[in-house]
This record gives sequence, structure tokens and C-alpha cells, in this order.
Amino acid sequence: MAEAMLSVSGLNAWYGESHILHGVDFQVREGEVVTLLGRNGAGKTTTMKSVMGIVGSRKGSVKFKGTETISLPSYAIARQGIAFCPEERGIFASLDVKENLLLPPAVAEGGLSVETIFELFPNLKERLASQGTKLSGGEQQMLAIGRILRTGAKLLLLDEPTEGLAPVIVQQIGRTIRRLKNEGFTILLVEQNFRFAATVADRHYVMEHGRVVDEIANDALEANMEKLHEYLGV
Amino acid sequence: MPDIFGIPPQALFGQLLLGLINGAFYALLSLGLAVIFGLLNIINFTHGAQYMMGAFVAWMLLNWLGVGYWWALLIVPVTVGLTGILIERTMLHRLYKLDHLYGLLLTFGIALIIQGVFRNQFGSSGLPYGIPAQLRGGTDLGFMFMPNYRGWVVVVSLVVCLATWFVIEKTKLGSYLRAATENPALVQSFGINVPRMITLTYGFGVGLAAFTGVLAAPIYQVSPLMGADLIIIVFAVVVIGGMGSIMGSILTGFGLGIIEGLTKVFYPEASSTVIFVIMVIVLLIKPAGLFGRAR
Ligand SMILES: Nc1ncnc2c1ncn2[C@@H]1O[C@H](COP(=O)(O)OP(=O)(O)OP(=O)(O)O)[C@@H](O)[C@H]1O
Ligand SMILES: [Mg+2]
Repeated sequence: MAEAMLSVSGLNAWYGESHILHGVDFQVREGEVVTLLGRNGAGKTTTMKSVMGIVGSRKGSVKFKGTETISLPSYAIARQGIAFCPEERGIFASLDVKENLLLPPAVAEGGLSVETIFELFPNLKERLASQGTKLSGGEQQMLAIGRILRTGAKLLLLDEPTEGLAPVIVQQIGRTIRRLKNEGFTILLVEQNFRFAATVADRHYVMEHGRVVDEIANDALEANMEKLHEYLGV
Repeated sequence: MPDIFGIPPQALFGQLLLGLINGAFYALLSLGLAVIFGLLNIINFTHGAQYMMGAFVAWMLLNWLGVGYWWALLIVPVTVGLTGILIERTMLHRLYKLDHLYGLLLTFGIALIIQGVFRNQFGSSGLPYGIPAQLRGGTDLGFMFMPNYRGWVVVVSLVVCLATWFVIEKTKLGSYLRAATENPALVQSFGINVPRMITLTYGFGVGLAAFTGVLAAPIYQVSPLMGADLIIIVFAVVVIGGMGSIMGSILTGFGLGIIEGLTKVFYPEASSTVIFVIMVIVLLIKPAGLFGRAR
């Protein structure tokens, strides 16, 4: 088996004194869409932030394309070609939509052009001069995803991109994720909604109490439904 | 020319000009404070001492090395800015996660040390710094006689303020700054070296204070406490304007300078307190300041 694009092992993370992640292990191979499932507070967001280097402190191993990144500062991790779309979307109020879209600097060749991003998210094109936070929730999510597609980063960390959005927009984001996969992006996705996750992902990891406790292939999802209900408490 | 409200126009415009000059200094200093506070979350109480250092370094360049005003305008902000960078790298950067109070105490302590050192070296009486030859004399504007140097100070301050505003509000670099002011961790996760940006921003703010000190040197005496006196008023200006906005700092700085000047004409007894009276009123009505956003 080829070495994974992202390989996380024995990852521990802390916010100040509170120890949140207790040895997280998982892999994402190039071209895959992989989800982290789990209840509220399981540590999914913290895992993404730890990969990105923006938690309080972390230990263990996070290898990206074979390079250990655990001791790198966040900006250096990003420049290896990883981009993060946070759960709260992180649209800047003091920037207009265009500035928000163009903010992340290119970290590698081969990012999507602004035209392609407008093709994916036509709404953005109409709102370029608006203040970033004046957009609707759905549009803010499109902006938050759109702006990291420009940079040339090929591994995308998307934290609950469908949270709180109307069904049509959830479908649009689903189409976008499948298209990005076809264009060669690798995606780590956090989702609460495993029905949505099942429409886009190749594999799923289940997190509980700061650990990965199970791995389920997408085509085994039906067979594991009972177990999954128990994990997620739905 | 007829009197205006019973005041001879010469006196009125003269005080207005003085007000504009003071306003220019308020604007430049509160601008630097606003930029530093935005990104570092630190209320830079060293600002007045750094302004004083600017005036002193200009004086030393002239009297010890024979380097004149024009070069000082360039050299002083860079050298004093570098001392700011040193302070940020060795001390300030440890405080960002703590309450504002720590930054305030540290920078206040540094200010006392710097002022003490200069007082030991140079005594507390002021040292003169001449107006550069090109700007001596004055111009008759018809309605008043304007000393050239004072006109220059107003114009150059306006230009520097507006250029700073432009860079922060309208350029790519400025969008990094604004974004990092809101959410530094996220900006860093996009691949931008935010710690370096913070260091350079502090250096810039300090450089701006030093630049203001050079502008002030030929107008006021160069003295170790020149900044300590001024900075108290500047903090009142900042409270009135609110910390959030760049343009707000500029407008409030110039505006309050002018109000102070007019008060000198119409009610001289209140001229040294008017800014503080306005501060109290603004605090009562709009605690975040005229242009500020609550944080
Ligand atoms: N900044 C923080 N400081 C302290 N504790 C935090 C912080 N952020 C999160 N936590 C704690 O860490 C744990 C994991 O949180 P995390 O946000 O990673 O969960 P999650 O799986 O993403 O949950 P959700 O589905 O609600 O987004 C929670 O117990 C949470 O309270
Ligand atoms: Mg989360």
C-alpha cells in the first residue's frame, strides 16, 4: 500500500491544562474523501486544529507526504499544502467578500482559478463588494471553502461544512466535494450527518473521547448502521 | 479684517493653526496606538517615551554626528522602530495571551526606565533643535501669517496618516493585518507568518511615534518628559475616538486638536481640560468611543 498522504499517529492535544486528544490514529490517502464522525465534544475539531497546528500544544506524529509536521508552526504546515475551513467558517468582518476570497496566499502551483470558484459558487460573484459577514450562512460557507481552493493546497480539512444549512445548499456542497475529489483534491471531512457523509466519502473514522475508536468503509456503512447509531447517539 | 465673534482673526487663526499642529501629533500618536492595540492587544504605554526617543535621536544625530533633519526623518523611525522590535521579541510577545493589564504594566515600566535613562543623561531641561533651513520663515496667507515649519508639520502628518489608512484599509498587506486583528490563528493557518507580522507592526507603530518626535523636535524643546506629558492627552484622544478604527483615530486626533485650539481663544481657562471633559461625556454616552467597536 502506498504511504498515506496524511498519517496521524499517537496524537495528543491540549487546550491549556485540559487534555483533549489521547492518542488519535488515522490515515488519509491521496485522492480520498475521509470523514471523522463522532458526537459533540468527541474531539473532531480539535483533531483538525491539531493537524493544522493551531491548538494549545500537541504531541505525537502528524506526517504529511512523509514529512513530520508536529513541531512546525502553523503557517509552515499550511505551506506544505494543507488548507483548513473552520467550523465557524471564519469569514472576516473587516474584509469584503473579494478580500476574504483572495486572502489566503498561494502555497503551491495548481490552485483553482477565481473563475472556476465562481463557477462552483455563482452567488459569490454577485456579492464581491459586500462585507464578508453580511453574506447568508450558506454563502459564507461557500466563501470559506472557495477561498482555500485557490491556494494550491491539495489536502483540504473541512469542518462541518453543512452544519445549519438548508437542504439545497447541503446538496450543492455535496456536489462540490465530489467534483473536488475528481479534480484530485484529498479531503478530510468532519460531519455530524452521516447520511450526507455517505454520499461523498470513501471511508469513515469514528471518534469518541479524544480517540479514534472505529473505521468503517463507506460500502460497509449499511451493515454497520446499528453500531453507528450507538456511536453517534442518534 | 473684521473681528470674528469679537476675536481678531489673527488670534483666531493662530490658535487654529496651533490646534491643528497639536491635532497632527495626537493623530499620529493615536494612530500608532490603534494599530498596535489592534494586532498585539497591548496598550502601548511606552508610546510617549518612544516619541521622546525620536526627538532625542534626531538631536543626537545632529549634535553628535552632524546628520540633519531630513535624514533624521528617515533614520530615526527605523532605529527607534528597531528598539521596538527588540522589546517585542524579548518581552511583549510573552504577554499576548494574558489580560491587557499585563501589557499595560510592562510597557508603562519600560517607559519609566527609558525616561529615567534620558533624564540621567540629559537632565530635565529641554535641549533646542533648530528648524531646518528650508523651512525657516513664514508665508503670508492673506488672512494670517503662517510659519513654514508649522504648515509643513500639518501637511506631512496628514499625508502620513492618510497613507497609513490607505495601506491598512485598501491594500493586500492591509487585508492580512485586518484579518489577523480579528483571528490570528486562522490567518496563520493560511500560511501567513503572523508572529513576524506582529513584530513588524509593533516596529511600525513605534517608528511612527519616533517620526512624530522628529517632527516635534523643532517646535517643542527636546526633553525627557516631552512624551510623558503628551501621551496622557493622547490616551484621552484614544478613549474618545475608540480603539477600533484607523480613520477614527485620525479624525479624532485632528478634531480634538482644533477644539482645544478654539477653546484657547474663546474660553482659555478650560483649554487644558477640554479634552478630558469631552472624554467624560463620550464615556457616559458611548463607552466604546466615537468610532470604536465594543470588544
Ligand atoms: N478552546 C478550548 N478550550 C478548552 N477546551 C476546549 C476548547 N475547544 C474545545 N474544547 C473542548 O475539547 C473537547 C473537544 O472539542 P471539539 O471541538 O474538538 O469537539 P467536536 O468533536 O468538534 O465537537 P462538535 O461536534 O460539537 O463540533 C470538548 O470537550 C470541548 O469542550
Ligand atoms: Mg467541532
